[in-house]
Amino acid sequence: MDTSVQDSGWEAVIGLEVHCQLNTESKIFSAAATHFGDEPNTHACAVDLGLPGVLPVFNHDALTKAAMFGLAIDATIAERSMFDRKHYFYADLPKGYQITQWTYPIVARGHLDIEVDGITKRIGVTRAHMEEDAGKSLHDAYPHMTGIDLNRAGTPLIEIVSEPEIRSAAEAVAYLKKLHQIVVYLGICDGNMAEGNFRCDANVSVRRRGATEFGTRTESKNINSFRYVERAIEYEISRQIEVLEAGGKIIQETRQFDPGTGETRSLRVKEDANDYRYFPDPDLLPVILEKDTLAAIRAAMPELPEAKAARFQSQYGLSAYDATTLTAERALADYYEAVVKASGADPKLCANWVMTDLLGALNKAGAEVDLARSPIGSAALAGLIKRIADNTISGKIAKDVFEAMWNDEAKGDDAADAIIKAKGLVQITDTGAIEAAIDKVIADNPSQLADYRGGKDRLFGFFVGQVMKATRGKANPALVNNLLKAKLAG
Amino acid sequence: MHELSIREMSEALRDRRISSRELTQHFLDRIAHFDARLNSFITVTPERALQQADAADARLAQGADTAPPLLGIPLAEKDIFCTEGVRTSCGSKMLDNFIAPYSATAVRKLHDEAGAVLLGKCNMDEFAMGSSNETSFYGPVKNPWDETRVPGGSSGGSAAAVAASLAPAATATDTGGSIRQPAALTGLTGIKPTYGRVSRYGMIAFASSLDQGGVLAHSAEDAAYVLQAMAGFDPRDSTSVDRPVEDYTATLNAPLKGLRIGLPGEYFTDGLDAKVRVAIDAATEVFRQLGAEVRPVSLPHAALAVPTYYVVAPAEASSNLSRYDGVRYGHRTEGATSLEELYRKSRAEGFGAEVQRRIMVGTYVLSHGYYDAYYRQAQKVRRLIAQDFDAAFQQVDMLLGPTTTDIAFKLGEKTADPVSMYLNDVYTIAANLAGIPAMNLPCGFKTVGDAELPIGLQLMGSAFTEARLLNAAHQYQQATGWHQRRPVNFE
Repeated sequence: MDTSVQDSGWEAVIGLEVHCQLNTESKIFSAAATHFGDEPNTHACAVDLGLPGVLPVFNHDALTKAAMFGLAIDATIAERSMFDRKHYFYADLPKGYQITQWTYPIVARGHLDIEVDGITKRIGVTRAHMEEDAGKSLHDAYPHMTGIDLNRAGTPLIEIVSEPEIRSAAEAVAYLKKLHQIVVYLGICDGNMAEGNFRCDANVSVRRRGATEFGTRTESKNINSFRYVERAIEYEISRQIEVLEAGGKIIQETRQFDPGTGETRSLRVKEDANDYRYFPDPDLLPVILEKDTLAAIRAAMPELPEAKAARFQSQYGLSAYDATTLTAERALADYYEAVVKASGADPKLCANWVMTDLLGALNKAGAEVDLARSPIGSAALAGLIKRIADNTISGKIAKDVFEAMWNDEAKGDDAADAIIKAKGLVQITDTGAIEAAIDKVIADNPSQLADYRGGKDRLFGFFVGQVMKATRGKANPALVNNLLKAKLAG
Repeated sequence: MHELSIREMSEALRDRRISSRELTQHFLDRIAHFDARLNSFITVTPERALQQADAADARLAQGADTAPPLLGIPLAEKDIFCTEGVRTSCGSKMLDNFIAPYSATAVRKLHDEAGAVLLGKCNMDEFAMGSSNETSFYGPVKNPWDETRVPGGSSGGSAAAVAASLAPAATATDTGGSIRQPAALTGLTGIKPTYGRVSRYGMIAFASSLDQGGVLAHSAEDAAYVLQAMAGFDPRDSTSVDRPVEDYTATLNAPLKGLRIGLPGEYFTDGLDAKVRVAIDAATEVFRQLGAEVRPVSLPHAALAVPTYYVVAPAEASSNLSRYDGVRYGHRTEGATSLEELYRKSRAEGFGAEVQRRIMVGTYVLSHGYYDAYYRQAQKVRRLIAQDFDAAFQQVDMLLGPTTTDIAFKLGEKTADPVSMYLNDVYTIAANLAGIPAMNLPCGFKTVGDAELPIGLQLMGSAFTEARLLNAAHQYQQATGWHQRRPVNFE
């Protein structure tokens, strides 16, 4: 929590609702495909359009994915959950109701642990329920008219509701990132926030430190980046404190975050809110998840970040820091393990190359290049590391080879070998050749030799540098050290 | 030709004594000739009908052995079933401009698979909300037995069309009696199958947990042929039941010896017309003579069926009809300046008074603070009503009673008093609440002035006993002739 809030004697109470799109092939209640970015209304069938007479049929793939999420947060998974109808009128809600789970959600009472400033805190997840996404209103597409795109209508969502146990914007972001990491790890959500795969509503209230009652809360809707969530919550906390300190009252309302100004503004007050008239959807049967099915889902669960990090430490002998870094994203962890497997080299060496050189290059390249589009694939990097491990090249030369690979001077899994060969970078391990180079360097530098022999030990580095220069960096550094020491001693 | 049974028509088609085109043209001619008086069709589809008839004739010419029984038989559809390329109005101004882009599963099964010919779409109460066919945007339907009287509802158009032999049989739907009550009032055999037996996909929803498609026909045998083709599991309807369909025609002639029939005492009380009671008693005697054992049973919660229904059905209707908002299809008001105004005006203009009344009732009973008192309570009572039937079916195989308290009433007689209209369904609603199959069969006539008006009896069975019900009805019809009577003014 930022210090201004801390000093003020106020405490923030935050609960988050996250809408996470499940990446099923087809929609939750129809056979239409779930695709982002296509021409409007090209993935909307009769069911999605809410035509007269159509009926929903539940896509059980959504159930599997929702159950995986529940298992990942150690929650209770309902053997019997139910779909309800939530009624409101809006142009992009074709049926006049959304099919959701109100009374009996699939997932209840889970938790996840977050870490902020080195302190670990457990945040409760009240529930997660399955529901259908709405369509989109296109307000800018036609002058004086609103277009409706129903491609998104019926995309499966899980809405994940946290307990109001979050106390700062930083904790909120840590919670969201953890949640995002889990759903992407599980492979149940593409996690692309810009495309709306993962959206957050933030319920924020403040109260005097030590108070037990909650203050009146506001809800900031549909925030679609971690940074915006942080700014929206920070803004809302300060705004509420300011209002209360001026003797005002907080109105229970829905607010919208404007990334341009960094402020939230009122969208509608609670009195205008709909009575959603929830009732069980008579078109759908209760959703039954048999014990055996759940056991099978559990058995097929991918390894989650914490478990993977622990394994990386024990299996590869990595430090806790390295293990956590390498398991932050499933794709990175998979990349690392592929490098270890393909190179057969020391896992620590592999970790250094992935973390320092690969991630360094990716960071430098900026947003346009990510791991999936990296010019150096895991097999290619393994090919490079293999040549370090078998002494074909030195670690130093390897950096040059890496750069050449990054710049696409050779392609494919054997790129490192191709570059080493083309540039003649194979390490010199022939003692005779190195001795010849040393002899020449000694002969060419009589005064330095005299100084060295007179006690100036520091000059050893000078001789190493000269030998390496003479061999264009290819001499095996360990051999150079040993031979040079002997020769200089005379 | 129109007096033949469906089996006889089918045989005549197979033997090439008549063609489907001739048969279809005959019914189209009758519709053209008589329907101005009845108003039983909203849309007649002569071109499509003749095309389908020709296709049926072509198939029959290739060999009749493998032809399904309904191939080439003309049928009418209640205008609640979506029919691809044909206006599907549901009796409402709201859908007056709606050309369905797909066909209901029942329509596909009957016409695309079984090869029946579609004559047209029948009039009905708006969104199936009504018991007299007087709430239709397309005007009331007349009862062929007395054109000053209603044919019942909501499937009044289907009933009048079949009763006047403008179609050999018609599809219909039954949410609280909308097949059985019109059947009773027009002298037809009508069956509402078990909930989940006929797919609801493409059947425009009124009250999803109660709606069930079925048949209006002249006889149990005709109904058996049509239901056979309509019934079955549909993966597009989660509430349809994955269970094999029995062969309904195969068991029609099974003897009734030992059949245990229960007479629910609650269905024979003061509200029942004396003449109707006499006809039901006589029919009971016929069943006894056919070998059935008849005994009294009790359905203790029967009186709660109507109030329960008028919570559950409007609640579901208010939700189901939310989609008619003027945005994507259907009636849209002119010149709305805001989304709110578009909704308000489109719905106020597009829906009739009865539909609006039920949307308001349904909205109310689902509202925050009222849900527990009404909807939840109604669901509890619904379970009690279903348990009454479970208990009764421990003692007997089927229940027999009246379908309606009296014969068809006069047009306009009950339009001013919704509650008296709702009480029309007092004997039929419980079967929908319990999801069990039930049917009406004609069992006599009551003379009123110059007119003879049909009286109907109702048979109800436990879930998925359609074959047994049709068998009992058929045996009764073999022993009596009520179902063969036709109104005199439609020769």
